[in-house]
Order: sequence, then structure tokens, then C-alpha cells
Amino acid sequence: MSINILEIIYLIASLTFVIGLKMLSHPESARKGNLIAAVGMLIAVIATISIYQPFDNSKLINYGLIALGLLVGTIIGTMMAKKVQMTAMPQMVSFFNGMGGACAALIAIIEFQNHEVGTGSSFDGEFLVMLLGLIIGSVSFSGSMIAYGKLEGKIKDKVLPMNQLINMIMLFTIVALTVYQMLGYGDSTIFYVLLVVALVYGVLFVMPIGGADMPVVISLLNSFTGVAAAFGGFLYGNKAMLTGGILVGSAGTILTILMCKAMNRSLTNVLLGAFGGTKASGAKGEVGEQTAKEISISDTAVLLSYSQNVVIVPGYGLAVAQAQHICHELEQLLEEKGVTVNYAIHPVAGRMPGHMNVLLAEADVPYERMQEMEEINPRMANTDVVVVIGANDVVNPAAKKDPSSPIYGMPILEVDQAKNVIILKRGMSAGYAGIENELFFYPKTRMLFGDAKDSLQKLTAEVKEV
Amino acid sequence: MEESLNFIGENMEMIYFLILAILLGVEVISNVPAILHTPLMSGANAIHGVVVVGAIIVMLHAAPDNYPSLIVGFLAVVMGTLNVVGGFVVTDRMLEMFKKKPKKS
Repeated sequence: MSINILEIIYLIASLTFVIGLKMLSHPESARKGNLIAAVGMLIAVIATISIYQPFDNSKLINYGLIALGLLVGTIIGTMMAKKVQMTAMPQMVSFFNGMGGACAALIAIIEFQNHEVGTGSSFDGEFLVMLLGLIIGSVSFSGSMIAYGKLEGKIKDKVLPMNQLINMIMLFTIVALTVYQMLGYGDSTIFYVLLVVALVYGVLFVMPIGGADMPVVISLLNSFTGVAAAFGGFLYGNKAMLTGGILVGSAGTILTILMCKAMNRSLTNVLLGAFGGTKASGAKGEVGEQTAKEISISDTAVLLSYSQNVVIVPGYGLAVAQAQHICHELEQLLEEKGVTVNYAIHPVAGRMPGHMNVLLAEADVPYERMQEMEEINPRMANTDVVVVIGANDVVNPAAKKDPSSPIYGMPILEVDQAKNVIILKRGMSAGYAGIENELFFYPKTRMLFGDAKDSLQKLTAEVKEV
Repeated sequence: MEESLNFIGENMEMIYFLILAILLGVEVISNVPAILHTPLMSGANAIHGVVVVGAIIVMLHAAPDNYPSLIVGFLAVVMGTLNVVGGFVVTDRMLEMFKKKPKKS
């Protein structure tokens, strides 16, 4: 009887995941959707503990450890999630993703200990599921940790000589070892070799990929963990794990593809590390030959105040400087003066798609002000001033003009169509893709050097005076 | 060959389930505005934390004196919980910012 109740609860949990995910894809219902999925998760966990196996006094230590594990995980998880800065959100997601992958791999390791390996004559599906859970979970774990380290700035981009070749060999090794295991040589040494190879592969897989592509990688690893979780569900015939895992696996894959599309690149192109590989070889030669023209705060204030249409292009620099609030203040001030202000959000601005939207929403910028690239590009020509705040690659005209540029083909915000361009920047350094931006040297471009927040504060004060 | 066919036959229900869930995942997500990509990824990230249920099952199966299993299982529970709780809290924090919605057009 109680097993049926458990199955029903898993069904309810699965439903909350589907509904939650669906609601997460609409702005109005997103928060509620997240909550619904969380409640589903909670009842699935509680039901598993209390119903899955009748309570057994001799297993008191097991129950104690489960409770302790849940408690420790909850406390650390809540603290980390509450403390993290908005700018560090992407790496936080990557970190939690890695934890999920590790969990799936550890489950496979324990199950392997308890598993009677087939004799070689029969196909052992359970063992295969276990191996796949181990491999994918491990790759997801080590890959996510590297992605986390890279975004935190703790790990530098590094391309090993012949990195792609080594990766191919490792992938081949993984497949070969898996087949070998499946042929009935369920050797425990090989099992751990497989674990190590998978972990190393995860590292080498993410290592050569440039920081600008990290969101795509995180999204991909996210779907990997989903698949690993689903293998766990397959192992136990657990439908909640299966639905949750597969749902994330397929949704994550679609999301990954959407992100690649936004950059006009194929997934293979991203994974082969086109950015990472050409990093240093951008148009370095031009530096020094051209000089960018500066503009003062007061000139900027006057220019903005007497414009009709202003478009703000936010980038990672805005996030780093935590300048979203002051940016909103400036926007409101200009609106009061009768200037129309919109935000142009490039699909991959910041370190993650939607990163800028989240950041601006934090500062209460209304939705309708945040315009997507396709909406705003046709209107660029009618824009008096474009203010680029801490963005670089997403406005680089080289993406359209220079076939040798690593970002060639990526759709950009066509700010060079506008009448004036003001760029708020710390200095003349290159963007995340590591390439020069000729936009800075255009006759209509003016540079406003300094910390974004500081510049915007001065600018706001100045606009008030005008 | 026949064994693998048997395996498929025995798990037909699961395989149906798998395929439908894949299609559902694709369907659910295909019309997402770019504005929600990050929270959505983060929410999905929390959902695959359901793997913690597997970790709990492992712990319930383990013999009380099988310390290696208990230790590894404990780690798995902690990590899975981190994934779930951290994931949902982070997502909620992101979405919290969308809360106050002045005039809808």
C-alpha cells in the first residue's frame, strides 16, 4: 500500500517539475513556478525517507546520516545562494550544477560496490546505466568546477598543445573502456580508471573554451547533469528522478542551442574553442596607431539632455561596477526631461543570457524598456545617442565586417548606425573575446573613461544641473 | 543481441516515459523570452537536484556497518542537497527582482 502512495507522490513531484519549468518560462509566473518545483522536490525527499523502506531500528545510523546530510547541504546551500553577488550568479549556478553531477557519480560508485557483475554472456543493462551515470556525472562535476573557477577568475584560459586531439583520444578511451566493461569484464580497477578518465576529460573539455562562451558550456553541463540524474532514476525505476532528469536534459539542450543561435555559431564551433584558440591573435597591430577621442562628463550630460532618443547598452562592466541602480536613476532623470530612453539587450550580454535583464530588473527598470536585439537594431539609425556601459564584443562592428575576426558572424547591436556613441569604459583594454574594437576609433564615438558607477553618478549629478 | 533486446523489452514502459519526457522538455522550453534564460537555466539546475532522492535511496539500502558506502552516500546527500537548495534559492533571488512590476503595457 505505502509503496503505491510513494509512487503517487513521485507522480505529483514530476508534475510540479513540469509545471514549474513551464511557469519559469513566463515572466509573470516564473517565481511561483520555481516555488512549485521546490515544494515538489521537498515532498519527494520527505516521502522517500519516510516511505521507501519501512523504518528499521538497526539502520538508525543511516537515518541519522541522511538527516545530517540534508541539514548540512541546506545550510551551506542557503548561505552560498543568499550571499552571492548578482554578478557572480553564473558561476554559482555552475557550482551547484557540479554538485548534482558529483552526487550522480557517487551514487554510481556505491551501486557498483553492491552490483553483481554479469558473467560476460549476458547483456547487463543495469551495469551500463551505472557506468553512464558515473561517466556523465563525473564529466559534469569536473567541467562545472573548471567553469566555476574560470568565471571566478581563479583559473586562467589555457590551451594545451593539441588539446582537441587529446580530448578526442580521451573520449575514445572512455567509450572503449565502457565497451570493455560491458563485455563482462566488470573489473573494479577499470571502473575507477574510467572514473578518473571521465574527471580529467571534464577538465580538458572546458579548459580551452573561452570565457565568453562559458554560459553555453554551463548550460550544456546543466543538461549533462540532468541526464546523469535520469540514469540514476533508471537504475532505481524512480520516476521522479527520471522525469526531473530527462526534463532538464532536454530543456537544457534546447537552451544551449538557443544560446548558440544567439551568437550565430554552432555548438561544435563553441566546443572546439574558437574564441580560446584565437584569443591573443586579434588585431593587436592597430593599437597605438589610432587614438580614441574622450568626452567630458558635462559634455555628455548636455548631449544626453538635448537628445530625443537614447539607447543604453549594458554589458558585464555594468554588472561588475554594480551600476544598475544609478543607471536607472539616470534613465528616469532623462525621461523627465522628455528623452526617450531604452535599453538594448544583446542575447549574450554579460556572462549569461538574460544576465542583464536580471540585473536591470533588480534596479526596477520596467520590462518594456528592455529591448531585444531584433527589436532595437532597426531603430538604431533614429537614435541620437547610444550609451555603451561596460559592453564591448556585442557592439564590435568586426563581427559584421572582418571575416578573420573570431567573433565574425555573431549578430551585434548595430550601435554604429546611431548618430553618436558614448562608451563608458575603464580603459582601452579589449573585451572578453580578447579582440580590438574599431568602434572606439570611429569619428562619432567618444570615450568616457572611468568606473561605470562613478561615471554614472557624476553624469546624473551633471544632468540634474542642465 | 537477444539480451539487449530483452533489456529493452523489459524496460519498454521506461523507454516510452523517456521519449515523452524528452519531447515535453523541448515543448516546455521552446518559447522562452531571452529575459528569462538565466533564471530558467538556474531553475532547471535545481530540478535535476532530484538526484538527491537517489542518494537517499542508496543510504537506505546500505548496511549500517558498511562504512565506505555510508560515507560516500553521506557526501552524495550533502552535494545533492546543495544542488537542490542552492539552486532554488538562487533562482528565487533572481526572480525576486522581477517582482515589482510598474505599469504593464
